[in-house]
Amino acid sequence: MEWLIAITIGTLTTAGVYLTLRARTFPVVVGLTLLAYAVNVFLFAMGRLTIGQPGVIDAEALGYADPLPQALVLTAIVIAFAITAFLIVLALKSSGELGNDHVDGLTVDSDEEVTRLKGTNS
Amino acid sequence: MMSLTAVPLLIPLVMSFILLLARMQGIQLQRVLNLIVVTLLIIVSSVLVNNSLTGEYQIYLLGNWQAPFGIVLVLDQLSAMMLLITSILALGALWYAIKTKIDENGSHFHVLFQLQLFGLNGAFMTGDLFNLFVFFEVLLLASYGLILHGSGAQRTKASLHYVIINLIGSTLFLFAVGALYGILGTLNIADLANKIAILPVENQAVVAAAGLLLLVVFGIKAAMFPLYLWLPAAYANTSAPVAALFAIMTKVGIYSIIRVHGTLFNEDAGELAFYYLPWILALGLITLVLASLGVMAARGLREQVAYLVLASVATLLIGIGLNSPAALSATFYYLIHSTLIAGAMFLLADIIARGRGSLEDKFISAPSMPSAILVGSIFIFAAIAMTGMPPFSGFLGKLLILSAALDHAWFGVVFAVILISSLLLIIAMARSGSLLFYNTQTVTTETTQTGKPLNKSALMSVVGLLSAAVILVVFANPITDYTQQIAQQQFNSSNYIQAVLSATAITE
Repeated sequence: MEWLIAITIGTLTTAGVYLTLRARTFPVVVGLTLLAYAVNVFLFAMGRLTIGQPGVIDAEALGYADPLPQALVLTAIVIAFAITAFLIVLALKSSGELGNDHVDGLTVDSDEEVTRLKGTNS
Repeated sequence: MMSLTAVPLLIPLVMSFILLLARMQGIQLQRVLNLIVVTLLIIVSSVLVNNSLTGEYQIYLLGNWQAPFGIVLVLDQLSAMMLLITSILALGALWYAIKTKIDENGSHFHVLFQLQLFGLNGAFMTGDLFNLFVFFEVLLLASYGLILHGSGAQRTKASLHYVIINLIGSTLFLFAVGALYGILGTLNIADLANKIAILPVENQAVVAAAGLLLLVVFGIKAAMFPLYLWLPAAYANTSAPVAALFAIMTKVGIYSIIRVHGTLFNEDAGELAFYYLPWILALGLITLVLASLGVMAARGLREQVAYLVLASVATLLIGIGLNSPAALSATFYYLIHSTLIAGAMFLLADIIARGRGSLEDKFISAPSMPSAILVGSIFIFAAIAMTGMPPFSGFLGKLLILSAALDHAWFGVVFAVILISSLLLIIAMARSGSLLFYNTQTVTTETTQTGKPLNKSALMSVVGLLSAAVILVVFANPITDYTQQIAQQQFNSSNYIQAVLSATAITE
């Protein structure tokens, strides 16, 4: 199971880093989402992988599954979820205002030039 | 008596909700409420600074859970000082936003403003690493909203970069927190330090890697080389009061390095003791060189001020990297100075941009702006303070850092970089000042429009923030006494650890 988890985290991180370095906003958003998945699994695994243990301390059982990483992961999921939603809206706003979906946008100096360029495009 | 410790957190959190509801009654009510609250925050944090003078740690156990099992809020002298600077800067930025009606350009300026303060105050007070992450997210989410306040394609583009780099930073933060928890089994900063002190050798490499990962995260916040590229565009393109408030945002990174790294890898940490310092010193020196080149190359005043912020951050990093009580004390002194003056500079740049009409803050010769003599005099004052020339606080701060560097092995490099970069800053500021105020055209050409008349009441906040440069010099003795106390307290991190872990829960 350790191998599987390790390979999963590695693959997710690699794909996430690759996509984050892309030039267009949508792959970047997907890449950041994959990175967030990778870190969630990583956090979860940091409580050590256990099978068949109670979630809270039980006098009968020999050990227990660490509940803290689960709480951390929950917090991290909620935050990543919210910020990804925000980022998607921002990416849409930027593609609407800059006229393309490149992360670097148009290389012009002022807002007036953007308006002018967009006028000639449409 | 009820403890005041949690109040700087509760006030902005509760008020942000009230301000959201107050929106139905119009923006005027929001303005008045927000001003009252920020003033109240200044009073509360002044009281807290005064309480902290005794050197006692004021600890608040959230939910009455004893550390390290629950989350703690720790208020020591450094936290109290940061709270006070934040609230003073916030008042300046807020006053300017109200007087120039910038807060009307979007719907939730005042709500986001209070949430931003909530995140900042939380980050300055928490004693738990994961809680620090949560407060980082709170302040970042609010800052995403604030940085987009108003509109403009350039602003959207810069904000997109800002959001993406900070999202990557958050992911790295979680990786580092996870790795530390996996090895040490705790997230309380004091408890982490205790566990690192007795760490077996085979686990040291993982903890060292996690520590450097945290340095990357804080480096993104503090805009340390090579992670500073988002800063100039983001700060230059956002609205002036937001940029002024964000002068404290880079200091959150600086604070986190001092608090987290300084406590975790203190002198008891064995082989890991202060292992991160050469990185900070070297990267701080490189950042300073690049920042001063950026100041020289800037095409507009706001961009130039953004690079000046970067230069001040780099100076602070050097101060941390020197790692002695004297250097740390000088760092805190320079931190107070640079935060308030940078905030004032952003506001002043906006006033100049308004006065110049369509040319805004671009470094192009233009007709003289309205009330040029008054604005120009204030600009000279601010430029002298910012670049570190006598007689104002920038000079004193740099002098303190340089004199602390004398004992360090790298003192030659530190002296050369700080002095040469200061010279470059002075040249650049003199050039932009003479272009904006002396090299003016008498005839108005068709392409340029004259700007609006000077908004005197908005100028008040610039003058107010700039007065810090004088106050810091006039009261230099008590203030340096205080920063020395802070540095001493920071260096004796065993006291911090003991105070946090021995805080007892209140029994019924």
